[in-house]
Amino acid sequence: MSNTNSLLTIKDLHASVEEKQIIKGLDLDIKPGEVHAIMGPNGAGKSTLGYVLSGRDGYSVESGSVTLGGEDLLEMETEDRARAGLFLAFQYPVEIPGVSNLEFLKASVDAQREARGEDAITSADFLKEAKAACKQVNLPVAFLKRGVNEGFSGGEKKRNELMQMLLLKPKLCILDETDSGLDIDALQVVAEGVNSQRSADRSFIVVTHYQRLLDYIKPDFVHVLSDGKIVKSGDASLALELEAQGYAWLQKEPTEDELEG
Amino acid sequence: MTEQIDKALAREYEAGFVSDVESETFEPGLNEDVIRRISGMKGEPEWMLEWRLGAFREWLEMEEPEWALVDYPKIDFQSISYYSAPKSMKDKPKSLDEVDPELLRTYEKLGIPLIEQQMLAGIAVDAVFDSVSVVTTFREKLEEAGVIFCPISEAVHKYPDLVKKYIGSVVPKKDNYYAALNCAVFTDGSFVYIPKGTRCPMELSTYFRINEQNTGQFERTLIVADEGSHVSYLEGCTAPQRDENQLHAAVVELVALDNAEIKYSTVQNWYPGDENGKGGIYNFVTKRGICHTNAKISWTQVETGSSVTWKYPSCILKGDNSVGEFYSVALTRGRQQADTGTKMIHLGKNTKSTIISKGISAGRSNNSYRGLVRMNPGAEGARNFTQCDSLLIGDQCGAHTFPYVESRNPSAIVEHEATTSKVSDEQMFLCRQRGLDPEKAVSMIVNGFCKEVFKELPMEFAVEAGKLLEISLEGSVG
Ligand SMILES: Nc1ncnc2c1ncn2[C@@H]1O[C@H](COP(=O)(O)OP(=O)(O)OP(=O)(O)O)[C@@H](O)[C@H]1O
Ligand SMILES: [Mg+2]
Repeated sequence: MSNTNSLLTIKDLHASVEEKQIIKGLDLDIKPGEVHAIMGPNGAGKSTLGYVLSGRDGYSVESGSVTLGGEDLLEMETEDRARAGLFLAFQYPVEIPGVSNLEFLKASVDAQREARGEDAITSADFLKEAKAACKQVNLPVAFLKRGVNEGFSGGEKKRNELMQMLLLKPKLCILDETDSGLDIDALQVVAEGVNSQRSADRSFIVVTHYQRLLDYIKPDFVHVLSDGKIVKSGDASLALELEAQGYAWLQKEPTEDELEG
Repeated sequence: MTEQIDKALAREYEAGFVSDVESETFEPGLNEDVIRRISGMKGEPEWMLEWRLGAFREWLEMEEPEWALVDYPKIDFQSISYYSAPKSMKDKPKSLDEVDPELLRTYEKLGIPLIEQQMLAGIAVDAVFDSVSVVTTFREKLEEAGVIFCPISEAVHKYPDLVKKYIGSVVPKKDNYYAALNCAVFTDGSFVYIPKGTRCPMELSTYFRINEQNTGQFERTLIVADEGSHVSYLEGCTAPQRDENQLHAAVVELVALDNAEIKYSTVQNWYPGDENGKGGIYNFVTKRGICHTNAKISWTQVETGSSVTWKYPSCILKGDNSVGEFYSVALTRGRQQADTGTKMIHLGKNTKSTIISKGISAGRSNNSYRGLVRMNPGAEGARNFTQCDSLLIGDQCGAHTFPYVESRNPSAIVEHEATTSKVSDEQMFLCRQRGLDPEKAVSMIVNGFCKEVFKELPMEFAVEAGKLLEISLEGSVG
């Protein structure tokens, strides 16, 4: 039975892309306000999990269930999942040339507010919020006028993702390696951005390869995702162990199996 | 994804209604007698009739061009009616109060209020309905500045010297098949004259509406900007949704005398036909401007309508240091076909031209850019920069680029850049993940692609063009 207190409940999820099984029986339960870190080797299926949860075309769920706030997430269209409060910060943010960041953000916020039956925000108010968000992630305000991710550096793209999160105020934030490619200062900016958003009614899935980020963002739980399953869960100390020992000791099956398949 | 886009593209054509107006329409058919009757309806002087008849005789000798990448059944010119006018326009209304309210309502529905209290501030409108001009607003205000803005049929009477001097001076009668036909049977359109050193105090615009069935629209526009003057002119067009194809063959001539500047913007939204290519307007248009010394002509077009478009707004850069610009967005969907582009003919020294063309193809449409840049031997130090970008939505459409360059002056520089891209799955996913529905996502991505062109449009039009694209793209994603 799905726990009524949970924000997100994933049960025995099996999912594939291009007829290749990637998620192979995954369970996860997240309560409001919790921060869950997901770590795991390259190719384990971490990004895939984010795509499956957010309903990306081409990713199909074979079995299992996912509920967000008690609602069947898998039944919803991609945009409806977003409107229900699911946000994905991309590992590799894509460019949309010619569409200004501000225009894009305003359209996103408008669409979400409208879907929730809230009043539209005025352009002036939104601009104020957007400028504040820029400041918080340490991007010059001029970035609001630039095309979405157009010509942004790797780190700027990541900060831009975080800015979108600040403005959309989601219930569940999935941050897919938002810390990769960041310099030390930017890492701190991102961590502070996340910490500032932590609240009793907002949860996070933080996908990362580095314990370093978790020094700043203290997770409630750390999970190891390997070959499409969560193979170990623990508290923040698990990340330290992983940092010291790597993933090999956790793997029951050797990875050759995957390479051959 | 392709399916989604096609769905989003299955749009409603909002201007597709028919106005219930009683009209006087000629029987279909084309001969010298019909031309005499058109000329008679307009009470034209003898010279104008002779000019028309001369063009008609030339036309009879000409062949319909077939080089464009468009495919449509042969047009039966005898099955078209060449004149149609609302009966209420017969005894020329002296003021707006006398204009048939149904006509005013038509324009209101199209978002162009002609009633004094509601008129868009800062834009004077000439409203052309089938073969006649219904009303031209703000005329007194323009007259104060010495600007002439009136139906061309009226200009023939009131300003015969100007019309005689410039009509056919940029697009000669036998320039091409459709232009010759237009010279023979043109009905109405706008005439603009901006006196020396005058900056036109407001935007001028003509709104063309085809209403009557089986009629062709043959409009003619002539804009003369005298030395050192400046004008910005906008043109819009729509037609009802009908199963039959209708012909629209216009001629636009621009004359920019020394140091003058003309900015000509078009938002073309003729009925495009249905999903399967039934109905729609054949849009065969000749637009050309001549720039004298230091003059500048800038064409901006947003082409979303018509089932077939054949259109190459061009600049003859005759005077030294003159400048020609062409900014174009052409969107095709369903079975639409567009073959559009420009010609920049560099004659004078240090002449400059810029071409920015954005083609968007969706559905099973075909979208071609065809452009010519010619550097004549006298074009010392001339420069051209051309950028042609194509955006494909789905995988059943076509985008083509035919850039022709003829350089006969070694000092001239011609630069050409071309790109083809697709609305990617990643972009769509990003937009939807942020809560945008697929329609909004596509229209935003397409609008971004067109940004360089939209920023050339006057404010009011840029907003309208953006909206138009949005409507045009409705149903193209799902
Ligand atoms: N479209 C696709 N077609 C085929 N295989 C795919 C596709 N997308 C992902 N995969 C495969 O799925 C597996 C999981 O990929 P995923 O991106 O989820 O890994 P990850 O855990 O995020 O890795 P990393 O730490 O490198 O980001 C990989 O083996 C990848 O090659
Ligand atoms: Mg990944």
